[in-house]
Amino acid sequence: MTSFTPTEMMTIAAARALRNDDVCFVGIGAPSAACNLARLTHAPDITLIYESGTIGTAPNVLPLSIGDGELCETALCTVSVPEMFRYWLQGGRITIGFLGGAQIDRFGNLNTTVVGSYEKPKVRLPGGGGAPEIAISCREIFITMKQSNRGFVEKLDFVTSLGHGKGGSDRADHGVTTKGPTRLITDLAIWQPDAETKEFTVTSLHPGVTRDMVADTVGWKARFAAEVGETPAPTQEELEVLRDLHARTKAAHGGGSDA
Amino acid sequence: MAKIQSLHDAVAENIHDGDSVAFEGFTHLIPHAAAHEVIRQGRKDLTVIRMTPDMIYDQLIGMGCVKKLIFSFAGNPGVGLLRRLRDAVENGWPHPIEIEEHSHAAMANAYEAGASGLPCAIFRGYRGAELTRVNPNIRFIRCPFTGEELAAVPALRPDVTVIHAQRADRKGNVLLEGIVGVQKEAVLAARRAIVTVEEIVDDLASRSPNACILPSWTVTSVAKVPGGAHPSYVQGVYPRDNAAYIEWDRIASDRDSFLTWMAQNVTTVSPDVFAGRVAPLKTKGAA
Repeated sequence: MTSFTPTEMMTIAAARALRNDDVCFVGIGAPSAACNLARLTHAPDITLIYESGTIGTAPNVLPLSIGDGELCETALCTVSVPEMFRYWLQGGRITIGFLGGAQIDRFGNLNTTVVGSYEKPKVRLPGGGGAPEIAISCREIFITMKQSNRGFVEKLDFVTSLGHGKGGSDRADHGVTTKGPTRLITDLAIWQPDAETKEFTVTSLHPGVTRDMVADTVGWKARFAAEVGETPAPTQEELEVLRDLHARTKAAHGGGSDA
Repeated sequence: MAKIQSLHDAVAENIHDGDSVAFEGFTHLIPHAAAHEVIRQGRKDLTVIRMTPDMIYDQLIGMGCVKKLIFSFAGNPGVGLLRRLRDAVENGWPHPIEIEEHSHAAMANAYEAGASGLPCAIFRGYRGAELTRVNPNIRFIRCPFTGEELAAVPALRPDVTVIHAQRADRKGNVLLEGIVGVQKEAVLAARRAIVTVEEIVDDLASRSPNACILPSWTVTSVAKVPGGAHPSYVQGVYPRDNAAYIEWDRIASDRDSFLTWMAQNVTTVSPDVFAGRVAPLKTKGAA
């Protein structure tokens, strides 16, 4: 088997979850890598939308920021930001929204606002940006995050965006009709919400990952589905396309982020 | 009718201590030169507004110009957090600032309401999100037709909006191309507007009758500042200077290195330096 990193496995597993007819609201970093990998492999017609206003973009390199010029140059069209949030996101035209954060809880609620108290934070994070409405307006949400005890917490310091709330029917009780987080894809495993409780449950372990490795890197008692599968290892093609994409990105951005 | 004047005069006439000012731009077309002029002229107690405050807000806050920040995502895109903003929020340096925090959808809708002459914006938002607990300017109303509960935020109406654009004609009509962000709404929502441009031309030469154009009578001042968006970019003119954004993280990490950089690159130079900053980028190829 070709060797690969946990981050590559995470990105590839996220890419595989996307379909050719999906319309994705793409964030910077791992989501952008996953969405463009899907486009360059099994989902050539996937529609990628960045919140800066670009619709149907097909960048040759990963953008460093959400509004890079290449996103506009390769897009089907570019609209204003108010239009993006009103007609396209709120209008219900996005099938998959990708989110991540500094903290996540077992129900897929996310924090990108503060570590510590809001009034006197230990770390002031960037804030919600598009996330509060992406979380409630896209048909489904995929979350990508690397597992760690600091990030996978029993209780969030701040709820920036709604996942499944307190579980069960809590999301619907907030008046939200979309599905919310249906997949949590980490560097170790794939998690899906339990049908009843909506708690994230491990449904697939990445190759070489044990249950203990998963359990030790979350701040709550990790649950496993009745049947836990093994995520297929990356194929040669998936790895080559992803690595080419990162190499092009690195060359283009002069040593910038290739996350 | 827009007045075509120097950036110095545009800022001196339009931006006063205590004003609310939106320096808008969504990665693209960020008005760096104009923000530097505001710092040079020593404005104080500003309420600064922007969906995506980045380096120029780090600079305005670190130089003590800001009383309050209204925003939805404060980061150095693709690089990390804003270190001068963090120092102000976490440690009160150089002085504490007030913050009013929203989501992108709220800010975009609030500008649109401001441009539309409405008192507030209504949208489907914030459900289950905790910003509603800490921001009293997020409220909920019921649709009179369906009974659906919807979020409401007050319209944004800056005293002044400042943007950068590709070009203006000699009457002061302004053309923006590429990622147009929220700039049109922010200008139309504001009492006064300053637009810095790459060039002033006889004919705007828009490629399409649907181009994003701000007619001269919606703009107060136009100032020609070639390179005025650097290290942000101008579609078709120069690319984003990613290295400068990465370098900013190091400069802003320390109060002394920040103050030294500001002294050398902002307070002792004029807007003319921006043209030189983009010259090497232009030779690397189109944006």
